[in-house]
Amino acid sequence: MTYSAKLIDHYENPRNIGSLDKSSEDVGTGLVGAPACGDVMKLQIKVGADGLIEDAKFKTFGCGSAIASSSLVTEWVKGKTIDEAETIKNTDIAKHLALPPVKIHCSVLAEDAIKAAIADYRTKIAKKDETRDAAE
Amino acid sequence: MNAFSQIRRNDQPIYLDYQATTPMDPRVLEVMLPYFTYKFGNPHSRSHSYGWEAEAGVEKARGQLAKLIGADEKEVIFTSGATESNNLAIRGVAEFYKDRKNHIVTTVTEHKCVLDTCRHLEQSGFEVTYLPVQKNGLIDLEALRNAITDKTVVVSIMAVNNEIGVIQPLEEIGRICREKKVFFHTDAAQAAGKIPLDVEAMNIDLMSISGHKIYGPKGIGALYVRRKPRVRLVPLIVGGGQERGFRSGTLPTPLCVGLGEAAEICLKEMDGEAKRLKKLQERMLKGLNAKLTEIVVNGDLEHRIPGNLNISFAYVEGESLMMGIKGLSVSSGSACTSASLEPSYVLRALGVEEEMAHTSLRIGLGRFTTEHEVDTAVDELVRHVNKLRAMSPLWEMAQEGIDIKSIEWAAH
Repeated sequence: MTYSAKLIDHYENPRNIGSLDKSSEDVGTGLVGAPACGDVMKLQIKVGADGLIEDAKFKTFGCGSAIASSSLVTEWVKGKTIDEAETIKNTDIAKHLALPPVKIHCSVLAEDAIKAAIADYRTKIAKKDETRDAAE
Repeated sequence: MNAFSQIRRNDQPIYLDYQATTPMDPRVLEVMLPYFTYKFGNPHSRSHSYGWEAEAGVEKARGQLAKLIGADEKEVIFTSGATESNNLAIRGVAEFYKDRKNHIVTTVTEHKCVLDTCRHLEQSGFEVTYLPVQKNGLIDLEALRNAITDKTVVVSIMAVNNEIGVIQPLEEIGRICREKKVFFHTDAAQAAGKIPLDVEAMNIDLMSISGHKIYGPKGIGALYVRRKPRVRLVPLIVGGGQERGFRSGTLPTPLCVGLGEAAEICLKEMDGEAKRLKKLQERMLKGLNAKLTEIVVNGDLEHRIPGNLNISFAYVEGESLMMGIKGLSVSSGSACTSASLEPSYVLRALGVEEEMAHTSLRIGLGRFTTEHEVDTAVDELVRHVNKLRAMSPLWEMAQEGIDIKSIEWAAH
């Protein structure tokens, strides 16, 4: 399969590989996909006091397109608010990397990963608010 | 200095996909060349020397091929390749004997062209038993014995598997088939020229051979059809009645000559080449095992051709690994299904978990593979497996002691 230069660049020089402390209150973690399907993405975001995503990390088990898609979204979410990050569409990812039709599911998974990380972060915030309310 | 250096371009990756195809041996090309130009006669022309000369070339090749498998030259017919041979053998026998028999036995790990031929026959009323294989990729002989009924016309079991290189117990299968009075067809595309084959000792009635898997030309193959006791076939291609009426059409003389020469070279060099490849296979496996943990060889390592390794690199997806090892040409899963996202049906048939099937590479070693190439391949594989494991969430979990099976993954 022939891939775009952008895709190959993200595969060969992936941005933001790594892990953040998943137990930390300001970190949201999304783990999507399934090993049996050949793709698993872990995407983490760290949200600053100003509400902006100040760091993002990923780890991906999957084909080159899956690795490139997750690498790309870690770049895109940084500096955005979580509401803004939530608007990233799989079609934008697919277009940017020029994914071949059989690899579109990789971009869908990357979008799911962002959504899952944001949902995890929101759950943590809600819990924190609850504990604080209960304490007051 | 090996012969391959004459045909390999320096900027090309190392070729490690010998089960997909092989380069043609320059010695084969040499004997073919005159038949493209001045020895151009139609081998079926009986009235002049051009025809006789071409016919002599074809008949010599038939003899060379027959010798490779312990057959009589009259029992070898030329086809366009192993796919046609498999189609002709199975469909031809099934159609000829359909008034009396309607059952075929094969295995789940056959090449697609055997499985698809069987599916087509099922649609026209035949019954097919697809034997499962054991964890090592080999069939259970008792299961075979039990699957054969008085309606069975043919048992079709491949000699060597194209993905995992395992060698089926041909002699035992042949004995059972002879005892039960059913025909035994074997797809020997990956076996011929690599392991000793003897149609008499193995009681083989039909055998498919491919030219381009044995350093011969593409577009040619052969089918062995036993004469005593006679196996009858309905031809797929009719016309001038060439090839004992089994396969009409003018023979491509240069390709036939090339296939014959390829067979002769394989036979002559088989013992030494098998030993050399075994050493290379061991060297590669040892090299990988020394530097990587959690790698698994799929399929039996002992009953296997030395030119094949099929390895799962746990926690690293096969396609991403192939993208990394740009200096190596290998295949992931099955080359024939690389357009699909499904993991290999052969590995699934061995009971390899889907997640492990996704991490497999097929590495094929052959006549022109050198020690240096094997060492380079090991280095490149180790480097990229480590790189990809460092970015694999599954590897991370495994290192943390999390059982990946304990997680409820959402299917997508």
